[in-house]
Amino acid sequence: MTSATAGRVRRTTARVRRTGRLRRAALPYLLLLPALLFELLIHLVPMVMGIVMSFRKLTQFFIRDWSSAPWSGLDNYSLAVDIDKPVGEALLNSFFTTCLFTLLSVALCWFLGTATAVFMQETFRGRGLLRGLFLIPYALPGYAAVITWAFMFQRDNGLVNHVIHDQLGLGGAQHTFWLLGDNSFWALLTVSVWKGWPFAFLIVMAALQNIPKDLYEAAALDGAGIWQQIRRITLPSVGAVNQVLILVLFLWTFNDFNTPFVLFGKSAPVAADLISIHIYQSSFVTWNFGTGSAMSVLLLLFLLLVTAVYLFFTTRGRKEADA
Amino acid sequence: MPDRSRRPRTKSPLDPPISFKVVRAVFLTLLAGFVALPVYVMIASSLKPLKDVAGQFRWIPSGLTVRPYIDIWHTVPLAKYFVNSLIVAGAATACSVVVAVFAAYAVSRYRFRGKRLFTVTVLSTQMFPGILFLLPLFLIFVNIGNTTGIALYGSRGGLILTYLTFSLPFSIWMLIGYFDSVPRDLDEAATVDGCGPLGALFRVVIPAAVPGIVAVAVYAFMTAWGEVLFASVMTNDATRTLAVGLQGYSTQNDVYWNQIMAASLVVSIPVVAGFLLLQRYLVAGLTAGAVK
Repeated sequence: MTSATAGRVRRTTARVRRTGRLRRAALPYLLLLPALLFELLIHLVPMVMGIVMSFRKLTQFFIRDWSSAPWSGLDNYSLAVDIDKPVGEALLNSFFTTCLFTLLSVALCWFLGTATAVFMQETFRGRGLLRGLFLIPYALPGYAAVITWAFMFQRDNGLVNHVIHDQLGLGGAQHTFWLLGDNSFWALLTVSVWKGWPFAFLIVMAALQNIPKDLYEAAALDGAGIWQQIRRITLPSVGAVNQVLILVLFLWTFNDFNTPFVLFGKSAPVAADLISIHIYQSSFVTWNFGTGSAMSVLLLLFLLLVTAVYLFFTTRGRKEADA
Repeated sequence: MPDRSRRPRTKSPLDPPISFKVVRAVFLTLLAGFVALPVYVMIASSLKPLKDVAGQFRWIPSGLTVRPYIDIWHTVPLAKYFVNSLIVAGAATACSVVVAVFAAYAVSRYRFRGKRLFTVTVLSTQMFPGILFLLPLFLIFVNIGNTTGIALYGSRGGLILTYLTFSLPFSIWMLIGYFDSVPRDLDEAATVDGCGPLGALFRVVIPAAVPGIVAVAVYAFMTAWGEVLFASVMTNDATRTLAVGLQGYSTQNDVYWNQIMAASLVVSIPVVAGFLLLQRYLVAGLTAGAVK
């Protein structure tokens, strides 16, 4: 082969490679294009608009043309955080209620899910059947399940009062209100845990499948009892999964709208007034979109902060463990 | 080294002691009761006459009747809501899966500028509350309707679009994880054999990631089928979905609890059946994303 031919070949391959590289550089963007367009349409534009709305006096009179609503500066925000006025006080109450509710619900879901996964790690008779049963709350559409609970919590014809008052003779002669007043918090928590724990069960169960059997056998030969094995082998190996699991449970529970909405309707009792339903009420029932937007932005900032702090601490812990 | 084969089967060191079995049995029995209770109430009450569900609760129905299952279709236009839900959830699922497959393939297989920004954005929008997008989208739809005459507010198309706010980020995020688990050698080999990048996607990566794609589709459909917030604001009489339509069984004077339970059961059947059929995919897909 002459050097001229070699040169031509080299030049051609270089050109092919160059155009190939260009095409390849554009390809990922082309693939992303539909996703980018939708993200813009459904997330970015609404988010920017939501922030703009939160600085405007946006009431029902401006729904037909929101851009004509007058600017109000930080009025919506000061209204939302002024705890001496009814709006701010109610928002703060709702925030605390949501925090307590989320804390209890996540803790219970996590505990039930982990305990069940640990108990069901080994085969026993009826395990498959039980597993199917435990996944039902997860598979049922939320509103169908919650509406059934709403029926069970009815004051006069519900199962809960029938069992407590009529069959067990507890709780006095008067039937208890479960969907009104202070008890509504516990009703909501019950439903939330019923719906939420199977997810924790699923995730922990999958994590447990990755533990090699030999570990248990070795531990057993060394004389470790079953409880010791659970404490020393099973629980530590769930650690990494827990970080994701708890964060996801927290975000879902904190943002949950379906459960309180189906259980209580458009306005929840004060004791169970979760933040998402509170914002919904401020916006679509009292028609004050500006204040509702300001509340949404505050909620978003809070969630971002919590997530960032949480991820900071959990990933730092993991890095130290790796080192 | 101990000879394992000679150890009698009944005394395996892995066999839990009786105390453990007792605690396990008590715990699981109580939990099973708690989980099954609403399921029993739903089924039993859907077969009761109205006087049974209007008065004091009865564990055993005074008489069995399939009347509620006939009446549910007339008390409210359940069939219409059913079709609406099917269209909306189906279209939202199809749209998010198709869009997510391309995006996830790009993220999983290519290095490009802005990749990190894209994944972080997708991941973070997933955690935002629906109420955050509901207000602006509602106003955007109303305004578009006023200025251009395109009725997004109250239409199925508008509702489908809002459902993408939760199904799209989730689908992209899950599929990235899934595509990452498909060995790169496979599509590189396909490229060597003359496939273009899209050929490699369709002939190699997608077939290998079928469980993940099914999982994402089932999850997106289930979430859309059970969604209440957007459905209650963004629909009108003609486009109402099951989630909102079920409220129609309570009138000013009567709450037809037996019909509500029957309708709840009927609307649950498609998703529960789909879930049971595709359960293995869904569980594998969900957990692969989380455990990794």
